[in-house]
Amino acid sequence: MGHSAHGDNYITAEKGLMSWFTTLDHKRIGILYFVSVMSFFLIGGIAALLLRAELFSYNAAPNVGEIFKNGDVYNQVLTYHGAIMVFMVIIPGIPAILGNFFLPLQIGAKDVAFPKLNLLSWYCLMAGAALAVTTMFTTRIDTGWTFYTPYSIRTQTAVSMMVVAAFIMGMSSILTGLNFIVTVHKLRAPGMTMHRMPLFVWALYSTAIIQVLATPVLAITLLLLAAERTFGVGIFDPKLGGDPVLFQHFFWFYSHPAVYIMILPAMGIVSELISTFSRKVIFGYTAIAYSSLGIAAVSFFVWGHHMYVSGQSELAGTVFSFLTMLVGVPTAIKMFNWIATMYKGSIQFASPMLYAMGFIFLFAIGGVTGIILATLALDVHFHDTYFVVAHFHYVMVGGTLMAIMGGFYYWFPKMFGKMYNEFAAQLSFVFIFIGFNVTFFPQFILGSMGMPRRYFDYIPAYQPLNRISTVGSWLIAIGFLIALYTIIDGLINGKKAPNNPWGAKTLEWQTTSPPPVLNFDHEPVVTAGPYEYK
Amino acid sequence: MLLWIIKNQLFKVLVGQAEAQSFMPAQGSEIAKSVDSLYSFLLIVSLIACVIVIGGMIFFAIKYKRKSDNDKTAYISHDTRLEILWSVIPLVIFLFVFAWGWVIYHEMRTMPKDALEIQVMGQQWNWTAEYKNGVKSGEIVIPVNRDVKLILSSSDVIHSLYIPTFRIKQDAVPGRYTALSLKAEGTGEFHIFCTEFCGTSHSGMMTKLRVLSQADFDKWLAEEGDSASLPLAERGKKLFNIKCTACHYANEDKPKIGPSLQHLFGQENHPVESGVIKVVDENYIRESILYPQAQIAKGYGPRSAMTAFQGQLSEKEVTSLIEFIKTLK
Repeated sequence: MGHSAHGDNYITAEKGLMSWFTTLDHKRIGILYFVSVMSFFLIGGIAALLLRAELFSYNAAPNVGEIFKNGDVYNQVLTYHGAIMVFMVIIPGIPAILGNFFLPLQIGAKDVAFPKLNLLSWYCLMAGAALAVTTMFTTRIDTGWTFYTPYSIRTQTAVSMMVVAAFIMGMSSILTGLNFIVTVHKLRAPGMTMHRMPLFVWALYSTAIIQVLATPVLAITLLLLAAERTFGVGIFDPKLGGDPVLFQHFFWFYSHPAVYIMILPAMGIVSELISTFSRKVIFGYTAIAYSSLGIAAVSFFVWGHHMYVSGQSELAGTVFSFLTMLVGVPTAIKMFNWIATMYKGSIQFASPMLYAMGFIFLFAIGGVTGIILATLALDVHFHDTYFVVAHFHYVMVGGTLMAIMGGFYYWFPKMFGKMYNEFAAQLSFVFIFIGFNVTFFPQFILGSMGMPRRYFDYIPAYQPLNRISTVGSWLIAIGFLIALYTIIDGLINGKKAPNNPWGAKTLEWQTTSPPPVLNFDHEPVVTAGPYEYK
Repeated sequence: MLLWIIKNQLFKVLVGQAEAQSFMPAQGSEIAKSVDSLYSFLLIVSLIACVIVIGGMIFFAIKYKRKSDNDKTAYISHDTRLEILWSVIPLVIFLFVFAWGWVIYHEMRTMPKDALEIQVMGQQWNWTAEYKNGVKSGEIVIPVNRDVKLILSSSDVIHSLYIPTFRIKQDAVPGRYTALSLKAEGTGEFHIFCTEFCGTSHSGMMTKLRVLSQADFDKWLAEEGDSASLPLAERGKKLFNIKCTACHYANEDKPKIGPSLQHLFGQENHPVESGVIKVVDENYIRESILYPQAQIAKGYGPRSAMTAFQGQLSEKEVTSLIEFIKTLK
């Protein structure tokens, strides 16, 4: 191990499947995450397609068959869709795949600070995921990904097993976060000051802080829930003198910051993409870097905006609404900075840039509807309707997923040393972008009309818009199939990639494609910021 | 001055236009109108914001499209004045919206004095409204133009009572009380949904809000109040319509969430998960209502989705239900 001949890259340095499962190389671990997270995404995506197919018609509509035989099956599928997408795709997505691969490269390090811990993180995710998938073959779980008590205490489904799975996956998230924080503080190359770090690294760093501070709260909450189910402790169950709303406070204390675990790294990628493909220094570097930290900090104090109608006091609701408005400001700043970066640039419409622009487009809509939902009186009407469903898909799918795709196409040449078919990549963007809007925009209208979420059946008035939405989901599916083709085709038939195909300035493009095992042949010395296009 | 009037008028027209296009349900109360005005304002601001951001992006993308690989770009690292400007403007707008939303929310949450109080109990998967004179109803029936306070609770898991036409919603939490107030401006029937996920038939937990004139309401309440003198089976039928129809058909021989109860009483060799019941009698039905897990109809196991009604119904109510089920021939 470790004795690679000169000229070998990280892929060819060692052979055999076992060399992958025992690797300590952050780049190989990134690839392991890539393969596993994409498999989870496939499962979660199929669940989504089934849900949309069921909702194509209301249940008593003439001439339609049923996808699910009853509400129970539907509820289970929606729970797996949510839980898989949140815990197994979007949370690990960017940090564990692209972060693992590029954080050390971008700061000129040989690896992360704790390579063995890094591999352990992957095994934690896999162990948790295996347990979560196992529940599908038992009594399954039907609580929704939020596990609200007391329903989650009463239901006879495999809640305990599932929360243990989420607990283990949480460990993975904590360890990854810890690893990144130490790596950023300790392993920067000579001359790589904090203020010369690429914005993707800043975003990962802010994310890592949330991962380390917030995830333990979820872990404890989930253990309490399992204890409640197993031993009848009586913390959440009103029958035993517990308070079911307390669970919501605990849950959202983690899960709201988790929203920023999902979106901050995406914003980091977009900063990289916009700068590179405008060939221009990022506008307001300091503002973007510190707004990430600002968002991370404020994100811990807004959880109650999920609970305006839960029975929490009017005062609490008011304070949470106010704080939520504040968190909107740094987000708005980032949007303006990206657009200002494009001003007087030299903009290349390569597929990663299309995804970055898609991100801004969809995130703008997700953002303004977020303000609408943060407004007390409006949220009373929109809470738990399809308006919320549309909003968080615009932010998480329109935001995070767009950024993953953009980032993946951007770094693909570096990761595999090959170029993909640009036309196919752009075609996948067109399908995903249009399909996304066709799927989710009608859901804003459905929510305005009053259609509640997590509904197996609905009143006939909601049918036309649901049909449009379902058709949109097929377009998204086609888009991702094309993307899958692009990747496989690129891996097999792709032309050899140059070291720096986009003319980017950050450090990862200074080394070979794909990088050698220790990332750089000579330790890089940094003398300027990450976006010096002069 | 003139400018102010123009702006003001323009604003009204715009908000009116947005309201017409906002796809919100009909407005059932003053509160609904205030909510819609705020929403329309935000829709307009959102639209402007999206046009600036997305439009700006597309404009720059086209204008500064790469012409050659040697394009020179400007080096603009930041602009403090501009950055302060685009931080402060959103902040001011957000705080304004926050305050506006708070004012309406406060109005929603301030419970009127001398309101007509109705207890509303959520249960998997039905709502029961109970009036001061003891009348129970599966629909919430209220008089028009009168302050009404709904006091919510739940007997099992968390539910949420949502009346889109009135733009109001509140969780019904087991073990405590929450409340909603409303004042209907017109008579009619409006949808009520459950908006907190509560299991198998969450989406079936719908009912109606019926707004009647004061005279009709008084008449309805009195008639319902007389139900104590009705025959047992009639009372059972009323109760059945509140508590049981979410999951059971009474007059159709097909399954819903649970089995049909038609032809049930007196059936011989009735199949259950653990074997057969020789004859379906009063005791079997009583047990099935109070302890649904004891014997589960064939095909509905291994555990019944039904909630136990032990402690939820009075002796008299159980008897009346049994009497009603006996009549389902």
